[in-house]
Amino acid sequence: MITRARILEQAAQLRARFEAAGAQTVETPILQPAETLLDLYGEDIRARAYITSDALRGEQMLRPDFTVPVVQKHMEHGAEPARYTYAGEVFRRQEHDPDRANEYIQVGYEVFDRTNPAAADAEVFALIAQALDGLALRAATGDIGILMAAVAGLKTTEPRKAALMRHIWRPRRFRALLDRYAGRTPVPPARAALLAADDPLTGGAPEIGKRDRADVEARIAVLRADAAAAPISDNEIAGLDALLSVRETMPFALEHLRDIAVDLPQINPALDRLEARIAALRARGIDVDRLDFEASYGRTSMEYYDGFVFGFYAERRPDLPPIATGGRYDALTRRLGNGAEIPAVGGVLRPGLMLLLAEAET
Amino acid sequence: MSLKLGVPSKGRLMEKTFSWFDKRGITLSRTGSDREYAGRVDGIEGVSLVLLSAGEIPRELAAGRIHLGVTGTDLVHEKLPLWDQQLEEVAPLGFGQADLIIAVPACWADVDTLDDLDAAAAGFRARHGHRLRIATKYHRLVREFLTAAGVADYTLVDSQGATEGTVKNETAEAIADITSTGETLRANHLKILSDGLILRSQATLWRSRVAPMDAVEKSALDQFLQRLSQ
Repeated sequence: MITRARILEQAAQLRARFEAAGAQTVETPILQPAETLLDLYGEDIRARAYITSDALRGEQMLRPDFTVPVVQKHMEHGAEPARYTYAGEVFRRQEHDPDRANEYIQVGYEVFDRTNPAAADAEVFALIAQALDGLALRAATGDIGILMAAVAGLKTTEPRKAALMRHIWRPRRFRALLDRYAGRTPVPPARAALLAADDPLTGGAPEIGKRDRADVEARIAVLRADAAAAPISDNEIAGLDALLSVRETMPFALEHLRDIAVDLPQINPALDRLEARIAALRARGIDVDRLDFEASYGRTSMEYYDGFVFGFYAERRPDLPPIATGGRYDALTRRLGNGAEIPAVGGVLRPGLMLLLAEAET
Repeated sequence: MSLKLGVPSKGRLMEKTFSWFDKRGITLSRTGSDREYAGRVDGIEGVSLVLLSAGEIPRELAAGRIHLGVTGTDLVHEKLPLWDQQLEEVAPLGFGQADLIIAVPACWADVDTLDDLDAAAAGFRARHGHRLRIATKYHRLVREFLTAAGVADYTLVDSQGATEGTVKNETAEAIADITSTGETLRANHLKILSDGLILRSQATLWRSRVAPMDAVEKSALDQFLQRLSQ
């Protein structure tokens, strides 16, 4: 029987392990101002987090994770470099799967350090891998930064790159945009009519609402410019497709990506970072020759990660969510830092699931 | 005990429900004064009438407090994420047809599809400093629809009535609401996105899969369903 007391004990042990690795314990309130999280995640967060409110403070959210409040705390008055650990409940609204927990204990470890990102990546991954030692788990890794670098360096217009970048975490919309910019999908009839019209704004409909004529004209100008721009080349599209399908053990993945970089040279700096990370992981005793790497890993569920990403999965329990996840989130510190930024990487574990698996294995 | 049938307590939906059952030899009627929500069932044994707000019927069915109920598909899908595990559709009733759609101002010459809406939302947020607001009372359905379509940079604002007026009043930039003829939309200078149909709804008779039943109620249900299938 996995009681709450046992989970708390396991969480305390994990936190003590991270303290021993040099982390300082932080506490964050359970109720978080909803505005910051809504601003970061958009409407989707409402489907995943519990929102409550009162007349004085407005909307509050039951902490869906620790990362955002820990980053905020650090950006306000953290010394550098810093290592933090925490343990406590997080709350996740569940609308589709009644078997998934809507409240569980999470333990985390976060590193804010500018000096050596590859070493920090390896430190977080290795500490979490050690904490999970003895459980039959498969580790998956990826790196969102490689895809972002590929998009940023495409030989196409800035608005197209911005649109693709905006949808990096929505693979279907990303694909639809890519197909359109490559000239592979026909122009919808309404769009064609709009572009053919001399003055598209003479429909006679009264102008209502806050999105006004200037907004409409600005978008039409963007659409006209886009229609005049050359399609993204087959070569670049093939390069992106090849990149997204890379799925091998780490050293082979790197080799494969270096081949792809012949057509997409803009990813080389990101690949240098991957190479440094592999060396740092090896130095930490991780068997990188058996560690999986998927270039598209983490694209659907890990919105604030923009570099290294990882997760640990119970292979014999595909019904369970990942036992641990983490990654690099430099851009999040920029978003929450009011102009300041610091490279940051971290990960979280679920002690309750660890106990469940340990029990099943004995 | 008797089998409980939940029916909307007022308006055209109630009248049309009564006449739908009447055609099948089951007479529903309100009893007592005009203001009293009590009713009776004639023409079949062992069924009692519960008059409820249409919006509460999905919840009552899912909780198993009524065995049968008449309400719109839109309300069932919005309020019960796992509706097909909790409810069974017995019969569409052929009235109360309405589509849940996304509509934008007709003057948005550049917006015809969800793809356009997404791009417009990005531009709007950059220029106006907040997300594009969509007024609706169907939060869950609209959010799931927009998430599946990959639309970002919007926010839902709650509107429990007169939703078509929110754009002119500048409390929202677009709306998601039910419409049957589209007349109210046109009168408020709104147009439906060409791929903006979220759900087709109509008044439907539902059976609760979870409501407990004794032998008497079970036999009343069998008779009731048999009568409807004749």
